[in-house]
Amino acid sequence: MNALGIIFGLLFWVATIVIIVGIIYKVRIYWKTPAPLKIPTMPAPRTTGGVVFRMFREVAFFQSLFRSDKLLWVFAIMFHYALALVLLRHTRYFTDTINSVVLFLQPFGMYGSFIMVAGLAALLARRFIIDRVRYISAPSDFLMLVLLLAIGLSGIMMKFVSHTDITLVKSFFMSLRTFNFDGWYLPGDPILLLHLSAVALLMLIFPISKLMHAPGIFFSPTRNQVDNSREKRHIAPWAAELDEQGVDYLHELKK
Amino acid sequence: MADYEIPEITGEDGITDVPKLVPDTMKGSGPWISAPKFQEPMHFASEIEQDEDGNWTLIPNWKEVALEKMDDLRTRYRSFQLYLDICVKCGACTDKCHYYLGTTDPKNMPVARQDLLRKVYRRYFTFAGKYFPKLVGATDLTEEVIDDWYNYYHQCSQCRRCSVFCPYGIDTAEISMAAREILNHIGRGQKYCTQIMEKVYKIGNNLGLPEPALADTLEGLEEDVFDETGVDVKFPLDKVGSDILLITPSADFFAEPHVDGLMGYGKVFHELGLDYTLSSYASEGANFGMFIGSYENMRKISMRIRKAAIDLKVKRIVFGECGHAWRVAYSFLNTLAGPFDFLDPNYPVPQHVLEITWPALRDGKLNIDKSRNDDMTLTFHDSCNIARGTNMGDKPGGQFDIPRNVIKAVCNNYVDMAADTTHDATFCCGGGGGILTDDLMEVRVKGAQPRMEALKNVTDQHGVTHMAAICAICKSQFTKVIPYYGFTMDQIVSVHQLVSSALVLTGQLTEEEIEARDAAEEAERIAAMEARKKAAEEKKAAEEAAKGKED
Repeated sequence: MNALGIIFGLLFWVATIVIIVGIIYKVRIYWKTPAPLKIPTMPAPRTTGGVVFRMFREVAFFQSLFRSDKLLWVFAIMFHYALALVLLRHTRYFTDTINSVVLFLQPFGMYGSFIMVAGLAALLARRFIIDRVRYISAPSDFLMLVLLLAIGLSGIMMKFVSHTDITLVKSFFMSLRTFNFDGWYLPGDPILLLHLSAVALLMLIFPISKLMHAPGIFFSPTRNQVDNSREKRHIAPWAAELDEQGVDYLHELKK
Repeated sequence: MADYEIPEITGEDGITDVPKLVPDTMKGSGPWISAPKFQEPMHFASEIEQDEDGNWTLIPNWKEVALEKMDDLRTRYRSFQLYLDICVKCGACTDKCHYYLGTTDPKNMPVARQDLLRKVYRRYFTFAGKYFPKLVGATDLTEEVIDDWYNYYHQCSQCRRCSVFCPYGIDTAEISMAAREILNHIGRGQKYCTQIMEKVYKIGNNLGLPEPALADTLEGLEEDVFDETGVDVKFPLDKVGSDILLITPSADFFAEPHVDGLMGYGKVFHELGLDYTLSSYASEGANFGMFIGSYENMRKISMRIRKAAIDLKVKRIVFGECGHAWRVAYSFLNTLAGPFDFLDPNYPVPQHVLEITWPALRDGKLNIDKSRNDDMTLTFHDSCNIARGTNMGDKPGGQFDIPRNVIKAVCNNYVDMAADTTHDATFCCGGGGGILTDDLMEVRVKGAQPRMEALKNVTDQHGVTHMAAICAICKSQFTKVIPYYGFTMDQIVSVHQLVSSALVLTGQLTEEEIEARDAAEEAERIAAMEARKKAAEEKKAAEEAAKGKED
């Protein structure tokens, strides 16, 4: 146990609660808010199975983005797939025994970080170079990429340049789970601390930022609705109330 | 012709190059504002006043009401809440809007258009925007912001092309409709839409065409078809007990080339022996409630169709050629005015007229002489609302195939425009979504550029002479704006106009027979005139003779 260990231990506990509770809170809102009209972007699948397949193509292959902008699609695929690899590789720091898949992915994950950083750098460069993208970018849009770059670059530094005591880091995270305070110990390695701080910050802002696009896409009515409006009546509860009370305007509804 | 620059078109590959952005090129005061007398029938805010220069105020507590309405809408529409939250500002949509391509104003990029509202949403409803507004680009709601909303949300035709290309399907139309609904409630309605909807409530259609005028028009159509074909094709109105209620945009009753389409539907129904009627109560397919984001008014207009179907005791409902009308019909009618369990369950409710014409053509039930359209080389403009908001038939993509199948079945010469400008990537005509008004001419002309570019390409490369459309707004918009681009207004045709000219009705007279008939009628007329003349002369001579005797 050391001071750094306690500070970061608490930080990660808070960040974990915030990201989980925050996402659940937001997703609950998306889940509960009705889509009063059928608005799938046509042509849309005629069956639920078709919608699942459409969503899969969007989430796994960024199908619409591919149609839209090939270069951006390349950068986005580079970043997201490399991030997925890197995250999978990182699960080894949170489990007692290392899964064989994770072991197999280890080298890919290590070099994947370079692809991730290259993708991020390209995404950041776009924000400066393309006039249209520069126009629509708020400071937070640049900083989000900078934050991810800081995570990626500090990770690369620790893996390939200036190693940190990774077994200590692993035992730190393992003991966070069990409240075994003896293990709440972190080496005072600046690169490690930068890496961990940036990750915690990313977790903290996840539910209040555009990062919500990840769970959000599944709720997008233009992509998740079935083309069956003529066969099946679709109606939101607040709209059904107009039918039930036989009025035209919401302000005429009796509570 | 205009005090602004008309965008240039080259016709090289049919694709408009993405322009460099030039801020504020389309800054302005937006369309004419809806006066209290048009606001009231819509149940919109009307406590607004006009100063000496004609400028309208907002309602006194506009800011509070605007924020309340925004908060209300995000609990009613998941699209609105979700799309405000999840945009990552990737920029994929920035070069997809015809208004951006045609005007170069950055606020016409879909994401920037959304941001006009999103920056206010963030300021008042999100943690980041409340505490770190500068960081996330959040701003206070001011009158300048309202002016920007009014101006730029009326430079969006809600065509949804951006939503096709967005990785999350973010639909600017949903934001633009919500923005207009907020504006409705703070006294900044759009006159064009509210005035038209008031006519629907009062008279039954957008044009304010009352029942006697409508009956007269339809009688005139019957005479026209008879003169042309010698066949007694009926255009029935309010015929109780008919099988089919035909709902069509009221522009079909008199505008060109719309009316030629209506004659086409009439001929197809006649030839197939279908018993149909129009309704004077629901004499409008259009539903501008959608454009202004008013669920309540959209529903109220849709209910007229339900009532007409019940009153006329019909078994089916069929819609004519109209883009947003078909979106409201296909995608929303069951929601807004359903369930339609009192209609014949063997037919989808509602159907598109093309869903009747195409199977008939495919099965050889109509006698077609394609050579009658040989003076034209056609292309087809996919209307945005039909392409991205509806379907036809029972397979995905029917909305693209069925109209093309019909055109190819009645015309020998057909060419598609560039792939990036057709099917679900089609460009709006520039006049949809409540923009089809003279006070927005500059927006309409510039917004038509990408379609004009594609049309010029097939005109230059493939000798296309005419562009067919299945939307009343597209037809009206194109006939008005294509002269700015060097085309002529008669180059726009209705799809059922093409069907009409190729269709040979049972018992239809040939051209010679019509000539002979007309000649015989003429001879009869002349003979009768001669006879009258002779009789008059004889009478005169007799009178004179009698007079002479008297003298």
